[in-house]
Amino acid sequence: MRSIIPILTVVAALMAIWYAGAIWMNSKWALDQAERAGVELSLSEIVTDTLAQERPVLPAPHQVVTELWQTTVEKNITSKRSLVFHGWITLSATLLGFIFGTGLGVLLAVGIVYSRAMDMSVMPWAIASQTIPILAIAPMLVVVMNTIGATDFLGKDTAEALFGTQPAFMKGLLPKAVIAAYLSFFPVVVGMVKGLRAPDAMQLDLMRTYSASGAATFWKLRLPSSMPYFFTSLKIGIAASLVGAIVAELSASPIRGLGGRMLTGSYYGQTLQIWAALIGAAVLAAALVGLIGALQRGTLRRMGMKP
Amino acid sequence: MSWVIGSLAFWAVMTWINFWLANSPLRGTRLVKLFVPAVFGITLLVVWEGLVRGLQVPNVILPPPTAIAARFASSLDILWVDFVQTFVKGALSGYIIGCGAAFLTAVMIDRSPFLQRGLLPVGNFIAALPIIGTAPILVMWFGFDWHSKAAVVVVMVFFPMLVNTVQGLAASDHMQRDLMRTYGASYPQTLLKLRLPAAMPFIFNGLKISTTLALIGAIVAEFFGSPIRGMGFRISTEVGRLSLDMVWAEITVAALAGSAFYGVVAMIEKGVTFWHPSQRS
Repeated sequence: MRSIIPILTVVAALMAIWYAGAIWMNSKWALDQAERAGVELSLSEIVTDTLAQERPVLPAPHQVVTELWQTTVEKNITSKRSLVFHGWITLSATLLGFIFGTGLGVLLAVGIVYSRAMDMSVMPWAIASQTIPILAIAPMLVVVMNTIGATDFLGKDTAEALFGTQPAFMKGLLPKAVIAAYLSFFPVVVGMVKGLRAPDAMQLDLMRTYSASGAATFWKLRLPSSMPYFFTSLKIGIAASLVGAIVAELSASPIRGLGGRMLTGSYYGQTLQIWAALIGAAVLAAALVGLIGALQRGTLRRMGMKP
Repeated sequence: MSWVIGSLAFWAVMTWINFWLANSPLRGTRLVKLFVPAVFGITLLVVWEGLVRGLQVPNVILPPPTAIAARFASSLDILWVDFVQTFVKGALSGYIIGCGAAFLTAVMIDRSPFLQRGLLPVGNFIAALPIIGTAPILVMWFGFDWHSKAAVVVVMVFFPMLVNTVQGLAASDHMQRDLMRTYGASYPQTLLKLRLPAAMPFIFNGLKISTTLALIGAIVAEFFGSPIRGMGFRISTEVGRLSLDMVWAEITVAALAGSAFYGVVAMIEKGVTFWHPSQRS
């Protein structure tokens, strides 16, 4: 709690820098316009103009907030101009990918912990893969999956039979989810291997003196003691999944989702739209990581561990 | 069909060899520890080649490794130009500026617990956000050339590096700092002779995390606009032309550059923090 005042001070300082930057960076355009119109601007006129431009170089915080308000609350959430609509498209791909990536990651980690051959052959590659920019394959994966026709989650016909119309988020969901899964996969593998190996030799010996079966050792010792590592890697994984989904949206069609908003914004110089999408992505990331953090605290407390 | 059967047979044999080696008395030796993952990697490549040829997968979906290698060898000049543009100009300069700035900031706020308590949570929070989203904004500000890519990299590596350095500077314990005080050491002396060396494992952790982020930032920023060279540019245009062997060659370069970059930083770490328990095995 004693950190509240320092944090607020830092945030206030960042805001002040932001406003100063907005005035400074947008003043060139304001002065150009004034010169063309043949008028002299006073200092206060410059300030008011720079903070209210339609396509500012750097939008002021209140402009971004206004834009966010207009595109979330004041728009119908099914509208293609609503940030909630785009946010949901990104979120659905992130979550689907994250669930698959985490599930497969945990399975592989169990395999690695129990099979020495898998450990020796796969683990060096899993660690090495953390140092390479996997995201670079996103555009290719999107195009290849488009070519072979694997783009929609449930085909159009199945979805229409089930829901009447195909929900918007299902269109083009699969490539994004695959990249999101791929990005969350390796952090989970590495974290879970560490976690499943967390019990020390004494504890494993104790299980042996109880003549516990392999399954019992797994469920009652290894899995519970891996939980802190599990949640830590989930936090890394979900953040990576979100980045994966956003970057995949840069090359996906139709151009939608938060990544799509950023891309169209940068095509048409709509800086407010880019900033709104950026803040939307930040809020989404913070909410997802916060949610996992809350799950972590709750689970660990019920298990009697220190969170 | 013989390609498919052959590659599957190869896979079975190699897996059997790996299992045998991993459970043989030789498993602790250095050679086997390198050999087993190498065999696994080669097996993957052979199975990939065999399945792509055997099932006649079109090149626009998945080219075989030999085609990628041929393309790699025949377009070394293009790959080199892209590498210089993206890695040397974009990623490396941004990495040096970003990590340097974060390090200096951490040292500057070191004497102010107030600023640390404020900056650390904010930095941790920002480090978890999808900062890559600032790429379109920074490309607008700094133009299409490498300057904007370096700027994206600076923003991406700054906060992870800052958080790690601040944590590192707090890593020396009370006894050690008390000892420095009994020596009558001044603040700069304590910083240089005790706290910075003690911070090195944390600082290198930040530097290692940043290597991957730098490369990702430089490549993804190129998707938002770039001159007609660069790894991200090449990937997105060659994908559009469906020449996937070139894309894979470019991805190979990215993977090699990423692991070499990480390896160099890890080697420097080994030299600097030779005293740390994690390095003394």
